[in-house]
Amino acid sequence: MAATPLQTQTVDLAARFPSAVSVDARNGYTGWLVEKDKLLEIARSIKEELGYDLLTSVTGVDYLPEEKMEVVYHAYKTTGGPGLIFKVQVPRQDPIEIPSVTPLWPGVDFQEREIWDLLGIKFTGHPDLRRILLWEGFAGHPLRKDWKEGFYEEDAKPFKSRWPEGNYVSSEEKNPYKDNLSFPKNFDPEKWIPEGEAALYGALARYTETDEQGIKSDRIVVNMGPQHPSTHGVFRAVVTVEGETILSLKPVVGYLHRNHEKIGERNTFLLNMPYTDRLDYFNSMSNNFGYALAVEKLMNIPVAERADYIRIIMAELSRVQNHLVLVGMLLNDLGAMYTPALYIFEERELILDIFEAVSGSRMMCNYFRFGGVARDIPEDVLQKIKDLVFKRLPAKTDEMDRFLSENEVLVSRLKGIPVIDGPSAVQYSITGPVLRAAGIPYDIRRADPYGIYDRFEFDVAMRTHGDLMDNYLIRLDEIRQSIRILEQAVSKIPSGPINSQKPQYQVRVPAGEAYGRIEAPKGELGYYVISNGKPNPWRYHVRAPSFINITGLEKMCVGKKIADFIAILGVLDIVLGELDR
Amino acid sequence: MYGKGIIKGLSVTLKRFWYTYWDDFVWFIRSFTTGKRRYYSEEGIKYRSSSSTRGIFTIQYPEEKLILPEEFRYVPFLVYDEKDDGTKDVRCTSCGICAKVCPPQCIWIVRTNDPQTGKPVPVPAEFYIDMDICMNCGFCSEYCPFDAIKMDHEFDIASLHRNVYNMEKLLKPASYYSNIRPKNFQLEEEARRAKEVIKAAKAGAASSPS
Ligand code: SF4
Ligand code: SF4
Repeated sequence: MAATPLQTQTVDLAARFPSAVSVDARNGYTGWLVEKDKLLEIARSIKEELGYDLLTSVTGVDYLPEEKMEVVYHAYKTTGGPGLIFKVQVPRQDPIEIPSVTPLWPGVDFQEREIWDLLGIKFTGHPDLRRILLWEGFAGHPLRKDWKEGFYEEDAKPFKSRWPEGNYVSSEEKNPYKDNLSFPKNFDPEKWIPEGEAALYGALARYTETDEQGIKSDRIVVNMGPQHPSTHGVFRAVVTVEGETILSLKPVVGYLHRNHEKIGERNTFLLNMPYTDRLDYFNSMSNNFGYALAVEKLMNIPVAERADYIRIIMAELSRVQNHLVLVGMLLNDLGAMYTPALYIFEERELILDIFEAVSGSRMMCNYFRFGGVARDIPEDVLQKIKDLVFKRLPAKTDEMDRFLSENEVLVSRLKGIPVIDGPSAVQYSITGPVLRAAGIPYDIRRADPYGIYDRFEFDVAMRTHGDLMDNYLIRLDEIRQSIRILEQAVSKIPSGPINSQKPQYQVRVPAGEAYGRIEAPKGELGYYVISNGKPNPWRYHVRAPSFINITGLEKMCVGKKIADFIAILGVLDIVLGELDR
Repeated sequence: MYGKGIIKGLSVTLKRFWYTYWDDFVWFIRSFTTGKRRYYSEEGIKYRSSSSTRGIFTIQYPEEKLILPEEFRYVPFLVYDEKDDGTKDVRCTSCGICAKVCPPQCIWIVRTNDPQTGKPVPVPAEFYIDMDICMNCGFCSEYCPFDAIKMDHEFDIASLHRNVYNMEKLLKPASYYSNIRPKNFQLEEEARRAKEVIKAAKAGAASSPS
């Protein structure tokens, strides 16, 4: 792929709003700077007049040296094409306040909460501004540049203590337990009452209702999770139910939070690559892909031709196994314990064998490098991919289809139970198969092609009902389309070098910003990376599809049965490694 | 007809069941002529992890173990060459690149200094890797310019204490390395020999009066 500028500015926002908008003229930056007071008005115009209906990513940046905080919005059109980036800057003095855009795009709800949590920017007008990834007793906002973690050593890796005088000391010895954590001022863990509790358990005030027939019913609160087996990872949903009907649902997340982004900002650009594997650990190849794209944009380097093909092959194999796992696990959730799941694990295993043979690891591939990939595909492995792609996978997908799709029990559990309708899905910034199952054929591989996807023939899978059944069937459709891409890619793969750059452990990344996004199996996976010319990124943000797709979870579940919630969570395809980051 | 879908689905299950036992039978009959067994044998494991496998798929770990591809990586080890007199020639020059490129910063190296001059000597005095922190990324071996650190195939290292490996525990002979990664080893040896030839040619050109 030739490195293209992040965005071709097709709309002149400054001409529309001369007094409130200016071009972001910083070196290496694109987009528009919007006055804080006019934000809502301009955002409304961007959404309703200019047609940027999908606000995919919202994130904050702490510009400590300039004493500024910035919130960056990436808006796209669901009809395709490049995006529109607009930013709001405010002085870095608490309280930092910016109007919330939730009235326009409810999908930013959790993202704004995340920014509040990690950067301490308050969104005025947000309906429920609480911490989301961290707990309420957490001191400070960790993504601020002057915040230091308990095991703080230096601002950036590599740490000086490792070489040449690297006498080993374990970090527990250096930071003994109890001395390594701090609480907010006047915080007493013994007396602390979580402030979020009221929002979560407000409905717990148990009351009994008597309906017309004189039947008494209680409203009760059920904590679904956070045990691992029930909910695809350590995820908790506080559900108020009346009988089996869900009245309200609040997701509680963050159990697997490790501040991936702070770690990323301490790392050098290259060192982040293996960390991205740990986001959505089912699709480390896709995660690598998005991050490599973002940094390549910043570095403005081409990708070797052969590597481009290898990348597509890996990303699509990854998608196939991800969707297979989804189908198997969905059936598991519905009570078809393990038989379908173990059947699909065979195919997954064969695909993981390929990942292992090329990258060295089944799941934590760490395979992409800036400008190419780490290792070439050996001939015998390419042959194995061909065997899979041309023979085994199509047959097995059909077998899965035969095995499950007409099963009456499955059909009665899935058919006609709506997940979300198209327009609401766009409002809630939902991307990926869930959006496409609701009748919006938005697929970044086509809408805003990256890599060499424009060279392949495939259809964007779409279903129109947006019910659970369509969400299940679209996965099979997508597997078939991926196999189509794979067939073309393995037949056409050219020979040649696998990296356009010399292998180097310290890449030079010019100052600027870049947003690299791909159509990951779970939705739009974006990396927003800012470099200030130093070896480590100034800001590294992951737009995680799992996280943003659950913003609409309450909307999807209210009024349904508790058993449907499990199925909806199943088709949403969340992975907590990515959700909690 | 209600239930048709279920029956159709069950036929898939039945087919797999049938393949498992039928293939057992076929392998058994064939084993008289070929000597190849389906279970607890290399051919059997290979077959079960090939793309033409059908029926039973599982491997009976630990009695059976999957055949690891050459690129498989777990934790790193240090390579030494065995000299003719039996001493170890540690390849590492303590240049520190692996410690710099290690993402979780779990490599600790103490460089040796010449006691007289105080200048660094290209051999590490100590080398620690905290295997509990190592994320198995393989960067150290990828970027080491001296082929001195390589990724191991041994993966069952669970223990009751912290796994901080020192140099003694990390060092493994080059013969072990060539054993687990024959192709890579060969490529590296060829590259090294080619370099030596060039060096020798240069040295020759420099020493011979022109
Ligand atoms: S193992 Fe390699 S990279 Fe690491 S210090 Fe030794 S020579 Fe340098
Ligand atoms: S494999 Fe990665 S994490 Fe482990 S020691 Fe090497 S560089 Fe460090």
